[in-house]
This record gives sequence, structure tokens and C-alpha cells, in this order.
Amino acid sequence: MSAAEHDTTRAGILAEAERQMNICNACRYCEGHCAVFPAMEMRLSFGAGDLGYLANLCHDCRACYQHCQYVPPHEFGVNIPRVMSEVRTITYAETAWPAALGRLYRGNGIKAGLITAAALALFVAGTVMLADPAALWGANRGAGSFYAVIPHNVMVALFGAAFGFALLALGAATVRFWRWMGADAATSGTDIGTGPCLAATAKALHDGATLTYMDGGGDGCTYPGEAPSGLRRVFHHLTAYGFLLCFAATSVATLYHYAFGLVAPYAMTSLPVMLGIIGGIGLIAGPAGLIALRTTADPAPADPARTGMDGAFLVLLLLTSVTGLALLFWRETTAMGLLLAVHLGVVMGLFLTLPYGKFVHGFLRLAALTRYAIEKKKGRAL
Amino acid sequence: MREKPLNDSALNSLEVDVVVAGGGNAALTAAVTAAEAGASVALIEAAPRIMRGGNSRHTRNMRTMHEAPTGVLVEAYPEQEYLDDLMRVTGGITDENLARMVIRGSGAAVAWLESHGLRFQPALGGTLSLARTNAHFLGGGKALVNALYRAAEATGVRVFYDAPITALEIEGGRFKAAIVEHEGKRLRIGGRVLIAGAGGFEANIDWLREYWGPPADNFLIRGTPYNKGAVLKMLLEAGAAKVGDPKQCHAVAIDGRAPKFDGGIVTRVDAVPFGIVVNNSALRFYDEGEDFWPKRYAIWGRLVAAEEGQVGHVIIDAKPVGRFMPPVFPAILADTIGELAAKLGLDAPTLEKTVRDFNAACRAGSFDPNRLDDCRTEGLMPAKTHWAMPIDKPPFRAYSLRPGITFTYLGVKVDATARMQMADGKPSENIFAAGEIMAGNVLGKGYLAGIGMTIGAVFGRIAGTEAAKHVRG
Repeated sequence: MSAAEHDTTRAGILAEAERQMNICNACRYCEGHCAVFPAMEMRLSFGAGDLGYLANLCHDCRACYQHCQYVPPHEFGVNIPRVMSEVRTITYAETAWPAALGRLYRGNGIKAGLITAAALALFVAGTVMLADPAALWGANRGAGSFYAVIPHNVMVALFGAAFGFALLALGAATVRFWRWMGADAATSGTDIGTGPCLAATAKALHDGATLTYMDGGGDGCTYPGEAPSGLRRVFHHLTAYGFLLCFAATSVATLYHYAFGLVAPYAMTSLPVMLGIIGGIGLIAGPAGLIALRTTADPAPADPARTGMDGAFLVLLLLTSVTGLALLFWRETTAMGLLLAVHLGVVMGLFLTLPYGKFVHGFLRLAALTRYAIEKKKGRAL
Repeated sequence: MREKPLNDSALNSLEVDVVVAGGGNAALTAAVTAAEAGASVALIEAAPRIMRGGNSRHTRNMRTMHEAPTGVLVEAYPEQEYLDDLMRVTGGITDENLARMVIRGSGAAVAWLESHGLRFQPALGGTLSLARTNAHFLGGGKALVNALYRAAEATGVRVFYDAPITALEIEGGRFKAAIVEHEGKRLRIGGRVLIAGAGGFEANIDWLREYWGPPADNFLIRGTPYNKGAVLKMLLEAGAAKVGDPKQCHAVAIDGRAPKFDGGIVTRVDAVPFGIVVNNSALRFYDEGEDFWPKRYAIWGRLVAAEEGQVGHVIIDAKPVGRFMPPVFPAILADTIGELAAKLGLDAPTLEKTVRDFNAACRAGSFDPNRLDDCRTEGLMPAKTHWAMPIDKPPFRAYSLRPGITFTYLGVKVDATARMQMADGKPSENIFAAGEIMAGNVLGKGYLAGIGMTIGAVFGRIAGTEAAKHVRG
């Protein structure tokens, strides 16, 4: 029963998660903290499907660690946030599509960094070599100045392809994860049926959008330290909604371009630019705040293997917003051409790595929350 | 715990208004209350920081009187019913005046904890029987402990971790100083008041052996290994009046594979009413269907303690799986009773006969674990009076049980101001007590779930208030 040497193989992680869940299921003191423990209580055994499901319900608020009487050095060695993080990484890697790209989760931080660096280098080098030097190095103003540097069609083709592929891969991973979670339905958990689950999906979207379970059951995450705090949730909201606003800015701009024939750059007071500024500020404050919290966080409940992946994603988001806002503020200077290439390179790096990094957590979490909404309706604690 | 030799020449000293011995619910409540009233306070916790909080770490709720539904408690739990429950479990061994103080103060204690950073929640899964009577801590007892240490730090209480008290300077019932081992040195912490909130002696096997003899070596201690009773012993040696039967301790039957100390809640085995319990001779020895949890839970520790080797084996078949709280250790599994006996180290023919006789004696009824049903044995000694179902559906499962000691009853006598009373009948001039170290004043026998935390919280506040008052003169 005591905690073994830390085994980071797949089998070792799953066996450790199962061992710890059996301890938690006999205790249940944490059931008010989040969705993980009520979902656990509907089971008496924990296979890979159950563990992947529970791990993706976990928002890493760490209340269960700070409030556990069995954390190390207790011989039971319970550390749920850490083992759940390790299981999540397994689910990310094993539901990736195409499956061969699951290996990108090994050394993810370095790989994400290399992919982004390559995208950046290609964009800068390509722009320098191919763009009209007058447009690239001159001070450009007015409609069409971006496209004088990089033609609109080229941008649409490259980013349309990258984003389309990311959506396809994320969708496939979500479907694969949905099946993963049902793997142990015969031996544990609740039969959730196969019917439509619109209400459950709506509930999951609500719980995901509001981060219902990133608050330790009411007081906030015990993060970065032992005292509950709402900071992490605030920074996560800034990050997520900042990202969505930036995405909305791009979408509105696309609409302007094709539906209304309005060509970028747009005025500071235009809708796409306003959305981009607000989103960009959120996407600077959020990731910067999350990075700052990480540097002071209690390392014990953290999974050290995740530092690279999580850190790379935050840095990439930060680079996206910083380069985007830099482009906005210096778009009428001679620096615009290079800033555009840099921003687009970073965004390309982000798009390419979206389905193979931390970004996936949102999709798998929504799937887990959907299953939870169904189980809560149909199942009961054992 | 510490092996390094102490350096006597490095005796440091410190003077405060109030010295609090202990670091759980009662000690923390007292320390914060005294500090908020303006006293300078030093809290001395024997455990290191990560293991701080005494047995409060393992608790989860507080029995609370209420006249109407509250945020987390359903219906009502009036004073008289609470007192009746206490009278029933103690057989009247309680100081009714102090008991009523605890009961009446319980609601305010919950509110005080809430105002000091603790959140409450409705009853936990598996404890719905307590939804009316017990306010549950969100996250359990360690959340309470953490919140109170934060409150202590915020009010300027000086906390010493990993600091066992090795001596108390007490003259004629008057406290002068505590001598503490801290960071390899001896520290003398002088104070105008001592609040003793350092728990019982249940983790002191030598002391338990004085009353139980060699069987004490087979006891498992459910709570903190730091409750050695050192402060309790010093107070009694200094002439404090005793309460509580020193020979008694609260014992439940827990999984025999549990750690020697600190196994806490997860080591419980709730399967007893669903099967039979045999001793090392493979024979039954008590009615497994006598009563509901928690009563049945609380008697089995003592029953198992009386058997050879302090072991019992609960045996069930496949039918009741999922009807009781999942135990933390996996069951021992076998397809036949004979094979199960071999795995348990029992005589197979005897166990087979015990099960055969039991099965033959079971009278059909309508099985209902939620009431005292009519499934019972006939012509069997001892009888199983409820929930008796033949053990016939493999795979068969067994859990070996041992006595798990929760707390001891011996304590110091106090009055309504939490002031410690001396054996000569006089009150101590400046020593107060709160929590398990004085719980025997209220709970002289038996157990009522969650009342220990109520006693600690109510008397912690009284002791803190009185201590500050004493300091002000």
C-alpha cells in the first residue's frame, strides 16, 4: 500500500493512480472540492478509462493535496494533483491524431519551441527573400499595407490549412478520448448510454467556461501555496478569454475582408482592432500571471515532467499577444514588415502545436465534464 | 524523535503571556482567541509542520446543536436531544453542566471557525446518517488545521513546530514555564498562563501496556504518533485532578494491514454486518448483526482486542460488494472457503464447518441493510440477529481486523472556565485545558461522532478567553 519509487512508465503511472484512488475512495473527505471525487465515488475499481476520465475532470486546484492527511511523508503517499497530471499527459499522447504524432508529448516543451522557432525562421526568411523590399522596409500606411508584404492569399492558404488541420486533429482527439473514457464501463462507473446528450454538453460548456471546478469548492485554488486564492482562476480566465477575443478579432477581420470588402489594417476604433487590443491585453496579463504563479508555487503537488509543455504553451501565448500588439502599435513605421513576419511566424507555431500540447486540455476536459454531467444524472455513489 | 544530543549550555529562553501546549483544534482555537484578546502567545506543537494538527488532522466534522436547518445541516438538533444522545453513550458519566456548555456553544463554535477561514459542507457520501447532527469541514480536518494555523500566524501567535515539551515548571498548581526541545536546543518558554491542549496518550504503547498488558503491542493507533500523553502525565504528576477511566480507550476494528500509526479514516472496514467474523480458531464469537453503524463499528475494536492475537477475520461472499464503503486494502479473495482459510492461516475444516453451520442456521427474510431486518439465525450460538444471509456466492472475501485505537479517556478535571482543578480540590491558579486532554469531563465513556471536535472548539475558546482575562489581571 505504501508509495512505491516514483515510476514514470505508463503502467507505473496508472498503477499509482489506481492505488491512490482506492485510498481516496475509502476516505472521501475531499468530495466537496471538485468533480473528481464525486465521480470517483460512483466506482469501486479504476481502470485506464476511469483514470483518464477522472484525471481530465481534475483542474489541478490542489485543494485535495493541501487538505490530505496522507500526503508524503505519510506512508500512503497520496498526491492526487501530481498523479492526475501524469495521467492527463498519457491521455493527451494516446488520443492524439494522427496517432504517430502522440510522440510529440515526449519533451513537448522543446519540440514546441523548435516548431515555433522553425515557423518563425521560415516566415522571417521567406518574407525577407520574397517580399517587395520597398513594402517590407518602407513605412506603409493604409489599406492593403500588410498584404503588400505578405499577399493575402498566401496568408489565407497557410493559416487556413494550419488551423483547419488543428481543428480536425483536436476533434479527432476529442472523439478518441470520449471512447477512451468508456473503456471500463462494464466493470465500473455508470452506463451513460449512447443517446444525445445536449443538456450534458451545455452543462459541461457552462462548467468549463466558468471554471466551476477551479476553485477548491468555493474558496479558490490552494495555489500557489496552502492558502486558498482566486488568482489562478482569474489569470486562467484572462488567458482563455483573451485568446478567444483575439480569435474573434481575426474572425471579424475575415468577415470584413470577404463580406464587406474592407481590407486590413483597420482603424484603432474598429471592431477587429478593439477585440484584438482587449484580447491581447488579457493574453499578456493571463499567461504572465500564470507563469508568475508557477514560479512561486509549492512544487510538491506539481508534475515536474509537465513544466516544459505547460511553460511552452504559456510562453507561446504570451509571444502571440506581445508580437500582435507590437505589430498594432508600430504598424505605421518601417518596422511593420518584420513585425508582421515575426507575429505570423509565432502564430503559425501556435497553430501547428495546438493539437499536440497543453491546448488539448480544454477539449478533453469538456469531454470529461460532459461525461460527468451524464453520470451525475444517471449514476449514484457506491 | 531527535537523535542529536542536546546542548545544555545553549538554553535559550523566551517569555510570553500565554503558552499553549499542543497544535490541534483545541490548542489553535485557544491560541487564536487569546491572541485576538491581546495576549502574546506561543504555541508549541510536538509534530513537524507537515504532520501538525494532532488528531484533528484525521477528523471531518463537528457535532452541532441547531434549532432550525442551517446552511449545511438539515432539520433541527435541539439541546435536549443532543444531551440525551450524550447521556446514552456515556451511561451518564458526564458533567452535565459542562456538557450543556459544549452543546450550547457548538453553534457559535461553527460560526467562529467559519469566520477564521474554514468552510463547511453538507454531509459527506457514506455519512448521510450525520447530515442532521454534524457539520462537515470542506476538505476534512486538515483543512481546519491549515485554516487555524493561518489565523494563528495572522494574529501573531509564535508557532514552534517539531518542539516536544520535555518538562513543565509547575509549583503548587502554578505554571511558570515549559521546557521544549527545539532545533537541537533546549528552550525555556515562560508564561503567565498555560493552556494544555496536547491530547491524550493513545500513541504511547508503553502507557497502554500498563493497562492492557502484552495485547497492547497488537493495537494499531488510528491517529497521530505524536499523542504520547507527555503533557497529560506532567500535569497529573504536578497534582492535577484526574477524570476518565485510565484503562479505557475508544477502539474500533480496522484493517489489520493498516500502518501502526496514523492510518486514519481509510482503514475502517464496514463489512461486518454483511458477513461473519471469526477468530484465529475459525470460530464466531459475537453477533455481527446486533446493531447499526456507528454502534457496531465502535464495539468491534474491543471485541477483537479480547480475541487471541487481537485478530478477527470478517468473511463475506460476493453479494454485499458495493453495499459498504470500499475498504482501502483489497479483500483476500478465494473461490472456496477452504482456500480462503488457507490464505488467512486458519484451519480449513473448522472454518468450513463454521460457515456451513451459519448458512444452515440462516432463516429467510427480507434483507434490508437500512433497518434492523428479519434475516436472522436460528439455533446458532452466538446468534446473528439481523442481516444474516448465507455465505455461498463465490468469490469469497476476507478482511483481517485488529483493534484501532482512536483516543483515550483519561484527562485532567476542569471547571466551567476551563480552569484545571487540582487533586486537592483547589483550582489551578493559571493552568487551563481544552480538547482531548479534558474531554473526559464531558465524554466519560463511549463515543458520539464529532463531539470531540466540539469539545475542543468550545473549550478552546473558553480557555483562550479566560487566559487573556488572567493575563490582563
